[in-house]
Amino acid sequence: MASSSEIREKLRKKRRGLQDSLVKNKNDDDAQALVPSAKFKVDKQPTAMKNAEGNDEDPGETLRRTLRAQRQRRKKTLLEQSLVQECHDAEGVSIAQGCSANEGSSHRADDSVISTRPPTGSQRDLSVRSEHSSSSKHLDAFVTKHLQEKLKAARSKGESLQQQEASAASTKPVSRLKRLKNRDTVTRFDSEVDPVSAGRHEDPLSLRSRVKFREAARKVGKDVPTAEETYNFFTYNHEPDQPSQLDRISRKRQRRREKVEEDRDEDGQAEAEVEEDAEAEEDNQNQNECQSEEAPLVRNEDDLFVIDHSPKDFVEVKKAEYVAYRKRIQRDRELLFTPSFQTVPTSIKLPENMKPRFLEDEGFYVGDRPPISLTNENILENRILKMAEGNKWFGDDGKIIALPDPIKESSTRPPLFHVEGELDPALQTVHRKPFKSKYANMYIAGAADPEGDYQLDVDVSGMIFSHHPLFSREHVLASRLAQLYDQYLSRQHNNLTGHLTDKLNGLRNALRNMVKIHGEQGSSEALQQRISEYSLEVRSTRQLRDTEQEKDRTLLKSIIKVWKEVKSLREFQKFTNTPFKLYLRRENIDRVLDEREYEGEILAEVLEMEAESEEEYQKKLAEYKKQLEDWKLWKKKQKAKRKKKKKKKKGQAQDDTEEEEDQDGSESDEPFEEGPVKPKPPDRPDVDSMEQWVREKASRIRRKPGEPILVPELSASGSITSSELCPRAEIARREDVSRRSLFIKIFYNYKEVSRTDSRSLSTDFRAHFGQIFNLKILNCPQSINLQVFEEIGSSCSLLAQVFVPVPDPSIVTGSAPMEEFEFSSNQRVMFDHEGVGSDVPLSFEPDGSNKLTLLTSGKLSCCVSWGIGEEGVPLAPPVSQQPGATHSGRGHLDAVSYIGASGLYDMKKIGEWATQSRLDPNDPKNTSIMQLLKVASSGEVTAPDYFRLEHLQEEFNFVTDEEIERSKRFRLLSLRNQEAPEFRYYKFVPLLEREISDKVFQDYEKRLKDGEIIDTREHLDPHRALVAKYLQKIRESVINRFILAKHYYQLSDLVIEEEIPSIGSEQLQTRPAPVIQNRSASWNVSLPIRMRILGINLFKLAESKRPLKPQRKERKKVTAQNLSDGDIKLLINVIRAHNIPIRKPQSNKPGQSSQSAIQGSDWYLSQVQVRPFVEVSFQRTVLQTTTAEGPNPSWNEELQLPFSAPNGDYSTASLQSVKEEVFINIFDEVLYETGPSDKERTTSIHTQIEKHWLGSVKIPFSTIYSQSKIDGAFKVNTPAVLLGYSREHGSNSVYDHWRSTHGGMFIRLFITIEPQLVPGESVREKIKEVQFESQEAERLLQASERFVKDAAESYPDRPCITTVTDLSGKTVFITRYIRPLNPPQEFLDAFPNNPQEATTLVARFVSLIPSLPDQVSFSGTCDLWSTCDQFLTLLAGDEEEHAVLLCNYFLFLGKKAWLIIGTAIPEGPTAYVLTHEQSGYFIWNPCSGQFYDKDDTFCPLQTVGCLVNSDNVWYNIQENPSPLSTNFDITKANMWKPFFSRSFSHPGLSSVQPEELIYRHTDRAAAAELQDRVEKILKEKIMEWRPRHPTRWNRYCNSTLKQFLPKLELGRGQDVAEGHRLELQNLLGDYRIAGFPLHLPFSEIRPIIEAVHSTGVHHIHSSNVEFALAVYVHPYPNNVLSVWVYLASLVRT
Amino acid sequence: METTVFLLTVNGQIEGANFPDYDNLYCKYCYVYGHDWAPTTGLEEGITQIASKSIQSHRLIWNFPLETTFKSTNPSGWPQLVVSVYGPDVFGNDVVRGYGATHIPFTPGHLFPFLRHTRTIPMFVPEPTWRLQSWLLGRRPEYTDPKVVAQGEGREVTRVRSQGSVTVSFHIMTKDMKKMGYDTGPSTPSTVQSASSGWSTEVESYAK
Repeated sequence: MASSSEIREKLRKKRRGLQDSLVKNKNDDDAQALVPSAKFKVDKQPTAMKNAEGNDEDPGETLRRTLRAQRQRRKKTLLEQSLVQECHDAEGVSIAQGCSANEGSSHRADDSVISTRPPTGSQRDLSVRSEHSSSSKHLDAFVTKHLQEKLKAARSKGESLQQQEASAASTKPVSRLKRLKNRDTVTRFDSEVDPVSAGRHEDPLSLRSRVKFREAARKVGKDVPTAEETYNFFTYNHEPDQPSQLDRISRKRQRRREKVEEDRDEDGQAEAEVEEDAEAEEDNQNQNECQSEEAPLVRNEDDLFVIDHSPKDFVEVKKAEYVAYRKRIQRDRELLFTPSFQTVPTSIKLPENMKPRFLEDEGFYVGDRPPISLTNENILENRILKMAEGNKWFGDDGKIIALPDPIKESSTRPPLFHVEGELDPALQTVHRKPFKSKYANMYIAGAADPEGDYQLDVDVSGMIFSHHPLFSREHVLASRLAQLYDQYLSRQHNNLTGHLTDKLNGLRNALRNMVKIHGEQGSSEALQQRISEYSLEVRSTRQLRDTEQEKDRTLLKSIIKVWKEVKSLREFQKFTNTPFKLYLRRENIDRVLDEREYEGEILAEVLEMEAESEEEYQKKLAEYKKQLEDWKLWKKKQKAKRKKKKKKKKGQAQDDTEEEEDQDGSESDEPFEEGPVKPKPPDRPDVDSMEQWVREKASRIRRKPGEPILVPELSASGSITSSELCPRAEIARREDVSRRSLFIKIFYNYKEVSRTDSRSLSTDFRAHFGQIFNLKILNCPQSINLQVFEEIGSSCSLLAQVFVPVPDPSIVTGSAPMEEFEFSSNQRVMFDHEGVGSDVPLSFEPDGSNKLTLLTSGKLSCCVSWGIGEEGVPLAPPVSQQPGATHSGRGHLDAVSYIGASGLYDMKKIGEWATQSRLDPNDPKNTSIMQLLKVASSGEVTAPDYFRLEHLQEEFNFVTDEEIERSKRFRLLSLRNQEAPEFRYYKFVPLLEREISDKVFQDYEKRLKDGEIIDTREHLDPHRALVAKYLQKIRESVINRFILAKHYYQLSDLVIEEEIPSIGSEQLQTRPAPVIQNRSASWNVSLPIRMRILGINLFKLAESKRPLKPQRKERKKVTAQNLSDGDIKLLINVIRAHNIPIRKPQSNKPGQSSQSAIQGSDWYLSQVQVRPFVEVSFQRTVLQTTTAEGPNPSWNEELQLPFSAPNGDYSTASLQSVKEEVFINIFDEVLYETGPSDKERTTSIHTQIEKHWLGSVKIPFSTIYSQSKIDGAFKVNTPAVLLGYSREHGSNSVYDHWRSTHGGMFIRLFITIEPQLVPGESVREKIKEVQFESQEAERLLQASERFVKDAAESYPDRPCITTVTDLSGKTVFITRYIRPLNPPQEFLDAFPNNPQEATTLVARFVSLIPSLPDQVSFSGTCDLWSTCDQFLTLLAGDEEEHAVLLCNYFLFLGKKAWLIIGTAIPEGPTAYVLTHEQSGYFIWNPCSGQFYDKDDTFCPLQTVGCLVNSDNVWYNIQENPSPLSTNFDITKANMWKPFFSRSFSHPGLSSVQPEELIYRHTDRAAAAELQDRVEKILKEKIMEWRPRHPTRWNRYCNSTLKQFLPKLELGRGQDVAEGHRLELQNLLGDYRIAGFPLHLPFSEIRPIIEAVHSTGVHHIHSSNVEFALAVYVHPYPNNVLSVWVYLASLVRT
Repeated sequence: METTVFLLTVNGQIEGANFPDYDNLYCKYCYVYGHDWAPTTGLEEGITQIASKSIQSHRLIWNFPLETTFKSTNPSGWPQLVVSVYGPDVFGNDVVRGYGATHIPFTPGHLFPFLRHTRTIPMFVPEPTWRLQSWLLGRRPEYTDPKVVAQGEGREVTRVRSQGSVTVSFHIMTKDMKKMGYDTGPSTPSTVQSASSGWSTEVESYAK
């Protein structure tokens, strides 16, 4: 022990170090330690509950309670001790040694847990120290050893516990019973006490951290820790680990409790306690045992603190517990309940002494009970009976109350059979057009987004009742008094009387001065006028003052009267109910002065009155005189009249009596009606009586002279009689008052948003709420409504509603004042106590007279304002967003300052108004206006004549508007921004103004000008020009409509997403092979590819490597955005042609041509009949194929033409509006041998190549673009006559013959764009989303949408149209377009006997109307359908319009006709016309006027999508959509799906077409003029195209050709006869002639020039060539013109 | 007539990216600019090498140089750099990993490291309409044109998910901006000195 002091020293040092770090945690730890204990308390209860059942619970409960008490007590002592201990610490160990045994034991017990804490001077520590050697290393060793021991102890503990439990049932240490009673504190519940002391020692030693410790300890136990580890162990701040610990404790407790219960079962309660004690004892023992090695046990068990059991106590390993079966059953019986199957006797189920009553027998209806098996019912009944109040589940008949079985035997709902989605019309969903909700569009803009939040603050401060049903009489009077006093105060504040008196005095002075001046200087008219004005003013002011004074006086009087009443009432009823007290303050004044003033006042007034009355008198007198004069005059007249009448009367004697009577009446009436009464002269004013009157008045309304001024003062300082002293009725009233409470509901836009707390009604009938509600609003504020509710007990009733005006945005929280809103309710309330009630007559007189009826009313003080955001930004919507922003119900705001604040005022108007209304400049109310006017007049502020919203804007304009308008750069930029076509893609707007040339705007300005002036020169025809203008206008309006649609994006526009493949579908197979990019080639084996490899490639194995008919693979599509010039090429694959006309041998001069007409069988073989080649021109690039031979050549050549988009813009919209066409011309290459002379022919041959145009195909680029590829045989437009060529091939083959007569020339082409462009989605699709308004019924639109969708799903390649967009952009159902319409009468008259002729004539007429694709005309907007009259006016339209017109004509002609919606080449989706005649079905191409037999293989129509007539739309559901194999019998339901069916009948859609078409005759002279102009232009052009060669015109030929043309027109382009050709040949025998007539519908000159150019006639460069050109324009009605151009080249041979 | 222009030279590099979940990525860049802009020299578009992460760092490094000069007459439509990052997914398909855009800085930046412009561009990818799509088809949705991310129109129809970031550093030079009345940079006295040359200071070290 010698070294012990050293050790102590060291330890102390160490401890101090540790403590220093821990001190700050100490207190916290204490708290921490307590918290878990509290939790523990909570936790243990449920576990206890679980275990304890029924009466078992009681002992546990009591035990716990006692324990808790104990614990509390101990805690207190511990805290005290801890304080003591701290002192000990400071003093040293020696003192600590002297610590009480108590504490020592506590620490010792503690040790089991906290063995390693630094010594704090406890006994145990000392002992430890004494045992071990002196170095700190030793301490470490000690610690580790100790820990090892701990572990051991824990293990042994577990074992001992087990043992104990095993023996628990048998061992009953009765001997300990006594000890238990002494120290029942020894339980583990004490554990939570421990941390209090523990925490003091070391930070981590709180209850929660112990488990951690244990773990650490275990680790330590395994191998001896290093010094570092130990240090860590000490200093480590262990994480709390409360739950497990608690768990453990509770589990332990539970287990013990169970044991206790078991014991109790056998031995009773006392023994149980013993047992518990024993166990606790045992635990203690264990601990003590562990410690025994280190420290001597201090056993003082009687007041021993058994502090916490170490966590090791809870580590237990035990055998599976066995409970005897019998016991278990017994236990189960306690816990479990098994309802019996036995039927419960009815008597138990019913209340005692009651017989079951069967309602059925009594005749009541009792439904069928739901079926339930008897056993289940019994079980249920038994179960229910076990419950408390189980009886209430049983009915009078002793059965469980049950509702009748809800299940019906048969279905009451009609069965629904879904047949193809067609429901019974009665069951169909009814679609209604949505209607706008009242508040739908009143959202504040921007309120939805997070920043734009608006907040209304509703501040409900309180309310006062001016009358309440519970008012006692005294209250009524008091409130009246209060009101009067309020009124008095406000009057006092305004001091109107004083103000008016001042004004009066001022006026009088002014008047006096004026009179003085007037008297000195003589009167002037103006002065006189002013004086009279002034005196008038004085009078009215005086009157006003008098009334005000009277009011003041009466108010004062009534205040006093009411106060007297209150006093008398109080005396009468012997108690006081209100605290009001009225004091009257007397203000004495100088009597003499007062009297003088009074007299002076009266005198002045009398004088004025006199003057006034004098004036009045004078006026009256003057009037009297005038009236008298009038009267006299009248009198005279009357006399004269009467005389006349009398004479008349005599003459009229024969008239019947009635008339006479009338006349009499009228006569007698006359003097009464018209005759003015003789005026009386006015009385002179009585001056004496006047003074009398003035004095009387003064005494009535004014204070008597010398009378002191009375100033009432109302105070609420009086005392209220306490309830005990009141009569019963009053007590009842007061009780009633105290029962009531009030609350207010806040309604915003008629929706309840919030409510205040309910506040009880105070005795003075006030309620204070003082609540502010912040309403975050989205809807525009419409109304803010506060509803006052009164609550009596649980019931509440609406008292009144207060509507609060919506505040101006300028009113924000903080600045807004409280306002009082009055409310009242007309509810009738009566009471049997002192409360006066509401709407009940009430009298204060003893005789019950003078009844009053008072209604509940009051004032609500509240304030509504806009909230303020975080940065002080008002959360109010901008003014402009408030619809009906005229919530100017703010009385307190001065009108002008209010207006002025928002910057809209008209100074002039205000000034005018101010002078007109003679505003009193002295009135304080008007000061602001006056000031404003003064400022306005002085500062020369001229009120602007305009209204300006942002009057500060000007400050921010750094240049004037004019200047900015003048800026060319700004103009250029803004025009570009507006997407003006000229500037849309303008690049590099120059930086400097001077760099912008004026030329830039020339085009634009020209276009703008052209908008008004029609350039007839370009259009050649005034009508066309007008039409073009009209078209332009429509186009603009439509484009405006579509601007929205254009900027509407879909996901697919922005994001490329692979479509989801339906496995095995065709789509997957045709998908483009993945482009393996070099950037990631190695990884590019994706899942779908693998899928394909697995799935599709299996099929591919079976495929031949080189299929005979290879399918074209789809290429990768390129979006147009990242393209530039030269990227796009047009690929034209010219495959072959059929049926090319062959050259005709020159019959008259055989041997001249290279071919001679050799008759015979070998002719066919030997002849070079024709050497055709194809020339393709597009955008002025011309390419040609090689030359082939024969009438059916095969080229199979690919031509690539570069494409450049207009303005270099490759956007979809721009590409869609490309108007250019691809011309595919077929030429015959003719070689002529020419030589200088025959001599040289042997040595050299000169050949001259000529190309002769044979026919052409035009394909608009837009078609290629929209279809991305065109593949098929095109019919070549061939001229009606081809000079020098013959269609007859001279073959004898029947097939050839048929073909030659029938079809004409065909060429097979494949055209596409490389790379493949994504065809612009026609805006139509987008429009569908934009949804133009439609007049069609919603149901129809939906049905049509469904119909189209279904169609697209089943046959995606077949077009189906049910609704179209008309020119105004509205959606119209297609059948409305079909209606029989009259063709021009002259067509009908032309062939009265030949309807067939008329038909072709009509078709020709229709085809002559120029075709203009919508896509082009409306630059990529959409397909618009115009009606026939619009079409005929516009004279331009696409296939649909042609088809509709043709169909309507056919219907008029009595044919059966339908519109075919289908696809054709080259148009793509188009419309044709189908007619049904005896000979079969015919398909008409409306644009060419040609018709085809249904079985014609060369019919350009490829697919028949649907048929339309005026009644219905039929969709083709046949397998093969080509017209060849289509059955046109629309009645067949399995082939044609009708739109209107039985389930959805035709709703009787009226047509949009006019009833009748009116045609104008075309001016023939105009046509002739046009003809000349065209001819002139063409001639000029041809010469222009041949710049290096002279162009000679063969006049003779010209005129000859000109004669042919009308004949051709007559023959309607048919090959009329060979006649004229022969004629020509004869005439021009010397010439080799090649020529043809071109036929075009007329729209503009440009297409004609283009067509002529494309024939390449001008390319003949031989020196002796001559040309012939003839033009013929044939007019048809309505300015439809047919243009013929005959072109020929002549070479003299 | 030769129009007056001002010039903007962008030097810099696409330094790298931070895509915690992906590896083996490469980056494409392009510029988006207004009507009044045109590149005069340098590459307008480019594609980087494929970069993998190292074991120590999660950053992908490309250090891909950018060097482009624009001429312009109007600051409206100031060029934006659009970067898009691609890389293989689990199945080895090359899919997009992120799109991002940033404006080229306005102010001339120095070559000193502490004053240069470094931009970290947060990246995002469009979301598929069908969740399983990318799994089944091995492709993620992509923008029809990466330039979409530099424009505002039509973006509301897409849904995107954010994903990683790309760091780009810029050195900016401008010429004649100030002469044209566009003052973008902090007016340091040193710039006055070199004003005669037309290029702002930073050019000094670069151009001479």
